[in-house]
Amino acid sequence: MAIKIGDFINNLFLNIFGKRKSIKLGLYGPPNSGKSSLANKICEDWLGEPLSSVSQIPHETREIKLKEGVTIKSNGKSLTFNVVDTPGIATKIDYTDFLKFKLNSKVAKKRAKEATKGVIESIKWLDDMDAVVVVLDSTKNPYSQVNLTIIGNLAARKTPVLIVGNKIDLKKANVKKIQSAFPQYNIVGVSALNW
Amino acid sequence: MLTLQFIPSHELSSLGEEEKIKKLLACVKSNNIVVLDARLKAEEEASLIKYTMGMINNKFKGIEIATINPSDKTLQGFDKFRVNLASMILGREQGLTVIGPATIIKEIKKDPNKIQLFTKRRK
Repeated sequence: MAIKIGDFINNLFLNIFGKRKSIKLGLYGPPNSGKSSLANKICEDWLGEPLSSVSQIPHETREIKLKEGVTIKSNGKSLTFNVVDTPGIATKIDYTDFLKFKLNSKVAKKRAKEATKGVIESIKWLDDMDAVVVVLDSTKNPYSQVNLTIIGNLAARKTPVLIVGNKIDLKKANVKKIQSAFPQYNIVGVSALNW
Repeated sequence: MLTLQFIPSHELSSLGEEEKIKKLLACVKSNNIVVLDARLKAEEEASLIKYTMGMINNKFKGIEIATINPSDKTLQGFDKFRVNLASMILGREQGLTVIGPATIIKEIKKDPNKIQLFTKRRK
């Protein structure tokens, strides 16, 4: 599966963006779908170092994380691009949800406030992306409005999209359901934790 | 008590994006579940989320939203053409949008043709 993501990036970036110098590849999706884990894998593979911290607690990434200077080479061509790991997009953020992860009330409220700002930043950055990997949790219902809104906005902007169904190592994973929800897109099933 | 507030799309048609979203959010913040007989555009949905995030505090936790678009998959051939033509002539997105406050709606489950609202049980 890593090869397929690599193929997507090679094809898109070398064939479509071959003459451009500054390319942004964004990772978008709902909270806790594994965007940062995947961003880390991409950066570790091509740069040898991770990009973001990861956590079981939703909204771990609350600011845009940018890794510049990722270079790919294929068939004698090379291209340098930037990986942008974005905060998960959500329609609701309740600080009490964080209390279940044993965060105290003050920390939970601060996290919620930062998370709301992160969602706003993610949406603002949609306009700046040259290509996007939408990372979905393949154990969850793909028809959620957040997924439809993200993909609908990318389609409206004509941004090239690859949809990744993450967490395929889990029993409830169902990549076929993602495929049936978004039949017009390429879907790749991965486990970012067990690459 | 749950209140469903129906907003006909023609009430919003003369409004700009910001006004439209503020009107929808004002209804939702008054603890109503809004039913709109049209779809929001993808860009409007993104703006709705942005405005919602800016309003979140200890009382308002955000929204749950779901849309159904009849032109997506269920219609074929002439029926699909008819819906798209009506959409073009009327200048609005065919479909249905349901928006409610996250403090009341626990979850909205959606399949292509069905919306299920799960409300929170009051303690």
